[in-house]
Amino acid sequence: MTVESVFPRLEALLPHVQKPIQYVGGELNSTVKDWDSCDVRWALMYPDAYEVGLPNQGTMILYEVLNEREGVLAERSYSVWPDLEALMREHGVPQFTVDAHRPIKAFDVFGLSFSTELGYTNMLTALDLAGIPLNAADRTVDDPVVLAGGHAAFNPEPIADFIDAAVIGDGEQAVLDITDIVRAWKAEGRPGGRDELLLRLARTGGVYIPRFYDVEYLADGRIGRVVPNRPGVPWRVSKHTVMDLDEWPYPKQPLVPLAETVHERMSVEIFRGCTRGCRFCQAGMITRPVRERSITGIGEMVEKGLKATGFEEVGLLSLSSADHSEIADITKGLADRYAEDKVGLSLPSTRVDAFNIDLANELSRNGRRSGLTFAPEGGSERIRKVINKMVSEEDLINTVAAAYGNGWRQVKLYFMCGLPTETDEDVLQIGTMAKNVIAKGREVTGTNDVRCTVSIGGFVPKPHTPFQWAPQLSAEATDERLTKLRDSIRGDRKFGKNIGFRYHDGKPGIIEGLLSRGDRRIGAVIRAVYEDGGRFDGWREHFSYDRWIASAEQGLAGTGVDVDWYTTRERSYEEVLPWDHLDSGLDKDWLWEDWQDALEEVEVEDCRWTPCFDCGVCPQMDTHIQVGPTGKKLLPLTVVNS
Amino acid sequence: MRGRTGTTDEGLSPLARRTPDGPPPAPTVQRIRLRYTKRGRLRFTSHRDFQRAFERALRRSAVPMAYSAGFTPHPKVSYANAAPTGTASEAEYLEIGLAERRDPEALRRQLDESLPPGLDVTEAVEVATSNFVERLEASEWLLRLPGVAPAEAEKAAAVFLAAEAVEVQRMTKNGLRTSDARAAVAAIGLAPADTALVGIGDNTGTDGADDVRTGAPCAILRLVVRHATPAVRPDDVLSGLRSTADLAPPVPAEVTRLAQGPLDEQTGTVTDPLALDRAAAEVGR
Repeated sequence: MTVESVFPRLEALLPHVQKPIQYVGGELNSTVKDWDSCDVRWALMYPDAYEVGLPNQGTMILYEVLNEREGVLAERSYSVWPDLEALMREHGVPQFTVDAHRPIKAFDVFGLSFSTELGYTNMLTALDLAGIPLNAADRTVDDPVVLAGGHAAFNPEPIADFIDAAVIGDGEQAVLDITDIVRAWKAEGRPGGRDELLLRLARTGGVYIPRFYDVEYLADGRIGRVVPNRPGVPWRVSKHTVMDLDEWPYPKQPLVPLAETVHERMSVEIFRGCTRGCRFCQAGMITRPVRERSITGIGEMVEKGLKATGFEEVGLLSLSSADHSEIADITKGLADRYAEDKVGLSLPSTRVDAFNIDLANELSRNGRRSGLTFAPEGGSERIRKVINKMVSEEDLINTVAAAYGNGWRQVKLYFMCGLPTETDEDVLQIGTMAKNVIAKGREVTGTNDVRCTVSIGGFVPKPHTPFQWAPQLSAEATDERLTKLRDSIRGDRKFGKNIGFRYHDGKPGIIEGLLSRGDRRIGAVIRAVYEDGGRFDGWREHFSYDRWIASAEQGLAGTGVDVDWYTTRERSYEEVLPWDHLDSGLDKDWLWEDWQDALEEVEVEDCRWTPCFDCGVCPQMDTHIQVGPTGKKLLPLTVVNS
Repeated sequence: MRGRTGTTDEGLSPLARRTPDGPPPAPTVQRIRLRYTKRGRLRFTSHRDFQRAFERALRRSAVPMAYSAGFTPHPKVSYANAAPTGTASEAEYLEIGLAERRDPEALRRQLDESLPPGLDVTEAVEVATSNFVERLEASEWLLRLPGVAPAEAEKAAAVFLAAEAVEVQRMTKNGLRTSDARAAVAAIGLAPADTALVGIGDNTGTDGADDVRTGAPCAILRLVVRHATPAVRPDDVLSGLRSTADLAPPVPAEVTRLAQGPLDEQTGTVTDPLALDRAAAEVGR
């Protein structure tokens, strides 16, 4: 059955919308395969605007991994802005892929990657535009399997009503395994319909099918237990871990959009996972263990990727890029290799303590200086012990001195507000730190004209972290604390003018918190928000706190629980958490001990250079830390112009 | 601009400029003028989008560009008179400065291969003359009007031509702007039959269904507009056709620029703006 492109119908709408180029596809390195010669077809969606979704590495990797397979096709879809959504509804144009403009409903699997919970309403918009029933229970064998992935999928319970399946962990091998199961089921003539396919996926133990689990609640609103309701469906679903990154050098051919997007660079993931053990950091907890890409593997990816894209910046991505065991050789090697080509280097996530003078020099060598950003996360020594961010003020000041000494005059510092046990004093210390940074900068450079920007986000407790039990700070208390900090910075005559201040108000954080630690009862809230017009909740001009609160009152009516219950309430050791049956490998008892250590301000070392502290991941997932050094060097390449 | 949820930014003024160490950039030794297209679905490319795509294509094909000085050196490219977003074009022009000499035709092929289909580089000539932008006196446009009968369009064009002046309004960044669409039009009438599907309909994507056309009538107008200030664009002429002759196409017109260059007032035709450079190149050979 050939599926027709919706492009001719879409094209007539494009002259009436903003930035039409984002809907036409045809990006450099994109792939369109023949529909009829493929038997398993994936639509991959990043449920945010094209400009945010296109550069997403996860989506790009899976797109390429799937399209490289014979007989398998993957196309991409992004959220359409409300102007086009209205026109699509008026003219009956369904949600489409940008590659061949095929309707989403025609695909076998509709995979959505959730980096953040704020994309949930956009999923509902896409499903509805696609003509796919919002409730998974209402779908037939003709609808695609709606599959959620990404970090937010580690607690997929709030969207359990809407998805058919969720996969947690690394997607590369997982999508291929799912492809094989779908292919076999289709080849057999779809025995047992949709139910049978989902059952086959569930029985692998690596795909979570919410409908095969019943949730029982206690009288006080807490969860009693979560029980599989089909034979052969495991009690817990495991995360996926890819062990050798050099075997997965993706994306090999990164997409180069015509439209402007948020990241326009050649990104290479230099390692995956992090064992620093920052207690607030969900990414660091759920992506363990650390697996490094080799220096030679990185060099090859950069070289091929630059040739394939023409990008002028290389981003070395990871959760803490300066922690790669050969980071100094990598940065020096790349700076040497591309000295003549005006290629800039950036290390988006850099810890304060690992940064050193050599690294600063290599990054600045070609003249391009993307600015220096560090994340002390907490303003006081005490709070940094609570969150296990093992950085002393002395470390920071030394690092900053090196940076200013090497010619930078602007430093950006990231912090969080609302951390467990935090007081006003902890937050006011952020201002003190910024002043000390300016003072040091002035001393080193001999000029008063040095800058420090302080950027503060509200802390949201996340599943699968030691802070999963913690009470979230209310929006009002967050805003009060930030106002005090702001006043103390602005009121300072000597330093105030040199300190930039960037902060988030507390309200969006509460909604993120509701969705992060929510259970299946939150589904009704998400649906109510969507039906009331909620879209693009990650965007200031679209997000409505009042709509979320009103919808929560409506959606949670009669349950006995409310927004505060989900956010500002502290959980106890015994409580069954909504995500307990999703196995990130972390031992719940270890997480609890780490939570207790946090309250006692006890720090935990990094297992890369100290003995194992039994977080549970490696034995549970049969994985191990995989780090260098390899001792190899990044050889300079001679560019041959033929 | 859109921002992420809940962020408030109390920014800082930019730092004083410093100058980079090291030698100044290599000088420009050769300049080349290129003609390129914006076809099919890539007509939705904005000019900014095209600039980024073109500069990346220069990098991919390792063109020895001359760069500006400074910490963020820019390749030397100047663009002339870009067609509006959503408008297809067969005749866009730009000029690049090279730090090493190259054969224009080889360079054209290289760049054309590096750009996505639809953004096609169709001509390259070494620069021998100045005042190129001044030579772009007028544009020739093709307006496809699906759902409009040719006779109806022809009549409307005649009414438009007969008018003394046709005032049209357009919403711009600086508010509502009024101009005379009639004064800028050098010619308008039904297009010759062989120009039917240039620009818009050719299959630049891979959908394979772009040029599926219905059996409905479709008038095609050929339009020559002088480049004036304020600029009169094809949509201004379309609004003029609506106001003077009640021509109201049921779906948006598909607009393609066929040519831009010197205007021959006698014949109402637009001639090749690269002719002078081409002639100079022949002489030099």
